[in-house]
Amino acid sequence: MPAVSKGDGMRGLAVFISDIRNCKSKEAEIKRINKELANIRSKFKGDKALDGYSKKKYVCKLLFIFLLGHDIDFGHMEAVNLLSSNKYTEKQIGYLFISVLVNSNSELIRLINNAIKNDLSSRNPTFMCLALHCIANVGSREMAEAFAGEIPRILVAGDTMDSVKQSAALCLLRLYKTSPDLVLMGEWTSRVVHLLNDQHMGVVTAAISLITCLSQKNPDEFKTCVSLAVSRLSRIVSSASTDLQDYTYYFVPAPWLSCKLLRLLQCYPPPEDGAVKGRLVECLETILNKAQEPPKSKKVQHSNAKNAILFEAISLIIHYDSEPNLLVRACNQLGQFLQHRETNLRYLALESMCTLASSEFSHEAVKTHIETVINALKTERDVSVRQRAADLLYAMCDRSNAKQIVAEMLSYLETADYSIREEMVLKVAILAEKYAVDYSWYVDTILNLIRIAGDYVSEEVWYRVIQIVINRDDVQGYAAKTVFEALQAPACHENMVKVGGYILGEFGNLIAGDPRSSPLVQFNLLHSKFHLCSVPTRALLLSAYIKFINLFPETKSTIQEVLRSDSQIRNSDVELQQRAVEYLKLSSIASTDVLATVLEEMPPFPERESSILAKLKKKKGPGAVSVNELEEGKREGGELNGGGGERGGDNSTIAASNASTPSPSADLLGLRTGPQVSAAPPSAGSLLVDVFSEAGVNDDGFLSSAPPSAVSEDAAPPLPESNELLNKFVCKNNGVLFENQLLQIGIKSEYRQNLGRMYLFYGNKTSVQFVTFTTTVSCPGELQSQLNVQAKPVEPLIEGGAQVQQVINIECLGDFCEAPLLNIKFRYGGALQNLSLKLPVTINKFFQPTEMASHDFFQRWKQLSQPQQEAQKIFKASHAMDTEVIKAKLLGLGMALLENVDPNPENFVCAGVIQTKAQQVGSLLRLEPNAQAQMYRLTLRSSKDTVSKRLCELLAEQF
Amino acid sequence: MMRFLLLFSRQGKLRLQKWFTVLSDRDKRKIIRDLTQMVLSRPPKACNFLPWRDLKIVYRRYASLYFCCGLEQDDNELLTLDILHRYVELLDQYFGNVCELDIIFNFEKAYFILDEFVIGGEVQETSKASVAKSIEEAESLQEVRQ
Repeated sequence: MPAVSKGDGMRGLAVFISDIRNCKSKEAEIKRINKELANIRSKFKGDKALDGYSKKKYVCKLLFIFLLGHDIDFGHMEAVNLLSSNKYTEKQIGYLFISVLVNSNSELIRLINNAIKNDLSSRNPTFMCLALHCIANVGSREMAEAFAGEIPRILVAGDTMDSVKQSAALCLLRLYKTSPDLVLMGEWTSRVVHLLNDQHMGVVTAAISLITCLSQKNPDEFKTCVSLAVSRLSRIVSSASTDLQDYTYYFVPAPWLSCKLLRLLQCYPPPEDGAVKGRLVECLETILNKAQEPPKSKKVQHSNAKNAILFEAISLIIHYDSEPNLLVRACNQLGQFLQHRETNLRYLALESMCTLASSEFSHEAVKTHIETVINALKTERDVSVRQRAADLLYAMCDRSNAKQIVAEMLSYLETADYSIREEMVLKVAILAEKYAVDYSWYVDTILNLIRIAGDYVSEEVWYRVIQIVINRDDVQGYAAKTVFEALQAPACHENMVKVGGYILGEFGNLIAGDPRSSPLVQFNLLHSKFHLCSVPTRALLLSAYIKFINLFPETKSTIQEVLRSDSQIRNSDVELQQRAVEYLKLSSIASTDVLATVLEEMPPFPERESSILAKLKKKKGPGAVSVNELEEGKREGGELNGGGGERGGDNSTIAASNASTPSPSADLLGLRTGPQVSAAPPSAGSLLVDVFSEAGVNDDGFLSSAPPSAVSEDAAPPLPESNELLNKFVCKNNGVLFENQLLQIGIKSEYRQNLGRMYLFYGNKTSVQFVTFTTTVSCPGELQSQLNVQAKPVEPLIEGGAQVQQVINIECLGDFCEAPLLNIKFRYGGALQNLSLKLPVTINKFFQPTEMASHDFFQRWKQLSQPQQEAQKIFKASHAMDTEVIKAKLLGLGMALLENVDPNPENFVCAGVIQTKAQQVGSLLRLEPNAQAQMYRLTLRSSKDTVSKRLCELLAEQF
Repeated sequence: MMRFLLLFSRQGKLRLQKWFTVLSDRDKRKIIRDLTQMVLSRPPKACNFLPWRDLKIVYRRYASLYFCCGLEQDDNELLTLDILHRYVELLDQYFGNVCELDIIFNFEKAYFILDEFVIGGEVQETSKASVAKSIEEAESLQEVRQ
């Protein structure tokens, strides 16, 4: 037991502490404590009045017992008695007990407040400070009620001692934080600001914390503090290391005050006054310069204090985000720290750089450190540093380095700490989606994610890949092929089976031509995983099987046998059993047509905010990578989520529920509630309603189903981008036609001979209903006689988050060049919305492919040799010249792609006949890519000159 | 502002706990348990900062004692290391070559010194001399026996 060197030691207390420390077991300790508690209780209850010293000693013992973790239910009164002692140490112990064991007993609070009041008015600075510390330590509402009026007065009174001012400032801050309503602004507030000029550095240091907090809440009222803070900072920064005497810490002048000043300035925008601003920039430059000077001491305290100021200055520079020169200097400084031998500095540099990465001025400068950061991710020994490196890579990612960063993060995932895997997975998924230029890379990345870290791939991630594959027909074949290959692995993660089941069920037909992935092979592969999977996955697989029956009639008997087996049809899980029974019945009684309708390909998902992003937002606390920044980047550059980020959680739940079809309770196939059924207008079900609505409830609908008329006068002119939108759909029939903040229009269409049917899906992206929703389809000018377009009426009301469907029937009467116009009007929150688009009906939609041999092709080619029959264009490639992509587009065009016809295998030739009611127009196409020059020559010949010309125009935009 | 300061030994024994916000006893116990476990399990040369819930944790070991505090997002980690160091210096100045035992046997003094230095989670006085002066003045008051 060490001798207590100072003050009046309490011998009894020391003995007791020593006894406790000597206890060999927890039981012995409890026994000793109980003995002491009994002793203290008897002393407190005894007849003999205790002197102050004994009271202090016993209260202190109780405090010790409490701090050991035991409950204390008496002694409060004795502690309160100590408060009114005139001996400092007794009072001090009393206050400590109250601060630690505050009790909301109202009787005691009144007594405590009385004692505090006495001390506050005692004019003894030591007692006043004790009382103020106690108020700050307890910080309860009762205390605020009692003292919030008094403390500001003490703070600004002229005769208050400096030490009391310091305590009063911070005590008031504490009360303001707990009960801001009780601290009333008043005359004192303007005087508080002037404490920044106080001669006593300690007073400034304490007062500035209060001023910063008040400024955050009432910036206008405290504006004057900016210039005061700048001049104070400037005086400190330019002072020599010894000027400030005791406020110099390891050769750094007033580091605490400097940091607090820089923090206060971060409550405000850059100073408007040029002189003040100039002075501040000078300070910041001096701080950056000092970082390059040799250290004045080798002690870590010196570098800590110096760098604390530097980091705070960098925070201010980032906060202003307006001085490119300073931002780049800050970035270079942080770059130096990235390689520093102190782990702490590397950690902080990575953290600060994350915020720098989102500034347009310094984003490029941050990117130059990519190799160092990747290296940190690989080699740092401390997980919290690696985590920061991963955050920074995420923040610095853009189109130019996405592939590299995603690859590095993927390889890091293989060895990443379990604690951060899920977040890493989300980040990789988001980056892959955000910067996907070709979606095969995206699909590869996500499947790799599932392979490497399947357990950490949350539902949002694999829902999302499915949403994207469904919405983008250019990647469906690739996705089917890749997932098929991934499933070959002997052990693959259940999430892979889910994705595989869904994708093959929808798009297995795209790879079924290859005997290595014939329908039966696909089915057997999926079914080999079945018994290893959980119930929800099995349910999903059963749905994939019924889709197979529709896609590949040859698998019907095999699959029916599986469904019929006892393990399915008598499965103890009711969901699985029900699916097996229903699917078996459906496959045996429904005609092929019915089956095809029921199991139609899933319509595109409404494109909303990525549910993954929402999930990451939830996971990340404040101060992490700014998700807002991300979203902005996405709006500018994102290919997938063009817009629609403003309604966080709400959106994502809808997106998730849309995507959550594979869950056992939801219906995967749209049998009951699939989008096409739920969104169907009344005409789908009830004839009565249909007739009724056509009879005039919906005027526009009625009108538009009449022969096409001119565009109604008050329709908005077509959007400037409508031609572009039109071009998107030349080679495909499904997708998202249009999207803005409010509305999304999805499209799905099919054509046969000279007839077409188009389904438009109008999705309300807001939470407010759209009223008087009307659409008009019209054929301007000549088109009236070329195209017959009939739009079924659409429901006039779209609830928030809901989708309605409209069916449009199209008949091609003669060849045409223009596109029909779609005008949409509705009211959203009272404001009339009016927009017009071009419906993507183009002449090539009415192509019938014609297969022919080489000989026939050239014979016909020659027959169509009149100059006006040919149209030709030479143009620069605007997409990668990938053979498979070109083939897919030509097929999407609707012509037959003829193999082995052109003597040059690099060239593509196609043939088809356009079906109009009036006539048939035979057309031939030849596309000659020149990979070296990145150019194409496109030639079209048809029996009608207008058709050649139009097709050539349309196609030249596609490659 | 600093939310709390904990001092614990290498064996995980808590030596001082100071809370600057109101928390239930249950929450306090959980924080103490989680942080002692987390900090004690870190390798010796690891970084002194780590993110935990919505807080930044800053800790440093002095001999057998760990000083560990929870900061809000705006707070400066390096400066907090200096706060911990200054507190150690103040204890050292008071006890003379301070060791863990001094803090065990004079725990109330450790709290008093902290109150002179930090109030409500904010630094009130950074001058060693000023803090020493207030403590000395108080000590001289207690010598007066009436």
